[in-house]
Amino acid sequence: MKKAYLGIDIGSISTKGVIIDSDNNILLSKYIWTEGNPIKAVKEIIEYFKNNISDDIKIVSVGTTGSARRLIGSILNASIIKNEITAHAIGTLSIYPDIKTIIEIGGQDSKIILIDNGIVTDYAMNSLCAAGTGAFLSSQAKRLGIDVNNFGSIALTSNNPTPIAARCTVFAESDLVHKAQMGYNKNDIIAGLCKSVALNYLNNVAKGKKIAEPIIFQGGVSKNIGVVKSFEDILNTKIITDKNGHLMGALGVAILSKDKPEIEFDFNINNYKYSTNSKFCGKCPNNCEVIFINKDDEIIDHWGNRCPRGEKITNKN
Amino acid sequence: MKRIISFPHLGNYYIPVKYLLEKLTDFEVRQSPPITKKTLELGEKYSPNDVCIPFKYNLGNFIESLDKGASILVQAGGGCRYRYYAEVQEKILRDLGYEFSFIKLISKDKMRVKETYNIFKKLNSKLSLYKFINTFIITLFFIYYMDKIDVIIRKRIGFEVDKNSFINLREKMYKDFYNCNNLTTLTICYFKYRKKFKKLKIDKPKNCLKVGIIGELYTSMEPFSSYFLESELAKMNIELKRYTDLSYLLWKKKLTTKHMLRKTKHYCKYTLGADGLDNVYRTIKLAKKYDGIIHTKPFGCTPEVGAIPIIKKVAKDKNIPIIFFSYDSETSNEGIITRLEAFYDLIKYRKEKK
Repeated sequence: MKKAYLGIDIGSISTKGVIIDSDNNILLSKYIWTEGNPIKAVKEIIEYFKNNISDDIKIVSVGTTGSARRLIGSILNASIIKNEITAHAIGTLSIYPDIKTIIEIGGQDSKIILIDNGIVTDYAMNSLCAAGTGAFLSSQAKRLGIDVNNFGSIALTSNNPTPIAARCTVFAESDLVHKAQMGYNKNDIIAGLCKSVALNYLNNVAKGKKIAEPIIFQGGVSKNIGVVKSFEDILNTKIITDKNGHLMGALGVAILSKDKPEIEFDFNINNYKYSTNSKFCGKCPNNCEVIFINKDDEIIDHWGNRCPRGEKITNKN
Repeated sequence: MKRIISFPHLGNYYIPVKYLLEKLTDFEVRQSPPITKKTLELGEKYSPNDVCIPFKYNLGNFIESLDKGASILVQAGGGCRYRYYAEVQEKILRDLGYEFSFIKLISKDKMRVKETYNIFKKLNSKLSLYKFINTFIITLFFIYYMDKIDVIIRKRIGFEVDKNSFINLREKMYKDFYNCNNLTTLTICYFKYRKKFKKLKIDKPKNCLKVGIIGELYTSMEPFSSYFLESELAKMNIELKRYTDLSYLLWKKKLTTKHMLRKTKHYCKYTLGADGLDNVYRTIKLAKKYDGIIHTKPFGCTPEVGAIPIIKKVAKDKNIPIIFFSYDSETSNEGIITRLEAFYDLIKYRKEKK
């Protein structure tokens, strides 16, 4: 019986799952859209693993990361629940031990992680605004009537990217509409958009940070070769992209879970009905919204309560 | 029926303020109802959209007080945009149709004993100058002792053995402080509690993580506005240090400004307005012994916006991790928790490597 470790990264746009062996090799991986329903997405991934895993492998620990880490963590009875910044750093370092800078642009957020001698020395995350992230690119692709998957290859056909305001998504969007109406070529506009994403990132998230080589670019947007090329042009250096770049968070948290005590993992989460419901405490004007996670009819976890007054309603159920 | 006098919240400082007003006036003193989400909603609804978040909390406090029957409101002022709070808030409240009298404790940016005495004399014609000064001094010591105890608590609360033991003892202390009528009993009471706090059981490792909190005054002193940052950090077993407290703002700041300018001369030539210079100075100091710095400010706080690039440079020169939080009226704190957790991992790995 070989031991294996499961890591799941539940982002706002996509959900990633990996199973690794004790030498950090990826045995199985799966990448699907979250579509606003993390529980369903995770069930789908677990189902896929259940059908494809070989019989001599036993899952002994589970880690979760990403914005729905807590919810999925309590459903899977995870051994470790970790924020995505640490998970990404650990995952990337397991494959590229010399890496100095991680650029990560996902669906809703973007971050920069600086690493020195294998430890995280600094990081930054976009402030509470989704400017220049994947969500922006896909909404603009829709506006221009093209598939977001072709975005990068179209951008590469342009020799003369249209300048588009990079400061803020709202400005970028009105700039884009304006330029389109002025009759600029579509491929120039698309190349300009890719450039504005890179500029926006460097001006906001990476502002004042020292970007040292080697640099790796991850997250959904790294699949867009147009943006990768813009980064390379601006930084004037080679940027590494990995075909497993989207799995680094899941990989990292799977590695982190290895140190935790072993658990029995149940693949049959599809047999249970998981649901969430919320209740307003109502004991004071704060009116905290307490969220309950139910497995069939039994409450397995709750959060959102801040004070002893609310403990009454969480105990009663 | 007695008229009700009321004032907005700032952390636990409603206790000494209440103490002062109760001794100096004949009115019924009632602080605003505790800050809740509803307070913020009310404040947001009637405030200019772009104003900094403390204004919204204060206005919400006032509205809730008025709805509870208050007819005299007290506001301070001075420093940054806070200077205009009183005037603008009074105007907004009058436009809403409330009737009340409004007392501005600090006008022209400085608190003068005589002017303040005159304000209170108007409220209470029997007040003697002696009683005024005496009560005022006791209140200042009240605040001073409170802050002293809070320093001890911040160092230890992250490692408490019995849950809530520090908070419960502090509540008791406030009650006892409140019942002291002169400086001697207050001082005795303070020393008694200091001993008690130091005796509370803690389980503190020698090389625990230490984090300094700097930044704008309201978000660092009012826990609600920073989503209970300090208690979140305490849950992670971190020793805390915070410079800004009321005794700092009332007198320590004035005494140390020259010293701070000298110490920060590589970075600043002049003061930066409000606590800008102070935060540059603190970054330099904290970099020596602490593992990380957290900077808090309301969204759009101008003095801090000016100070941040300098602070970033200092942090880079001194090689200390720093994280910036900008608060406004978002209702979810998930994003903040994610960043805090990552910050914790970062300083922990750094420390382990050392």
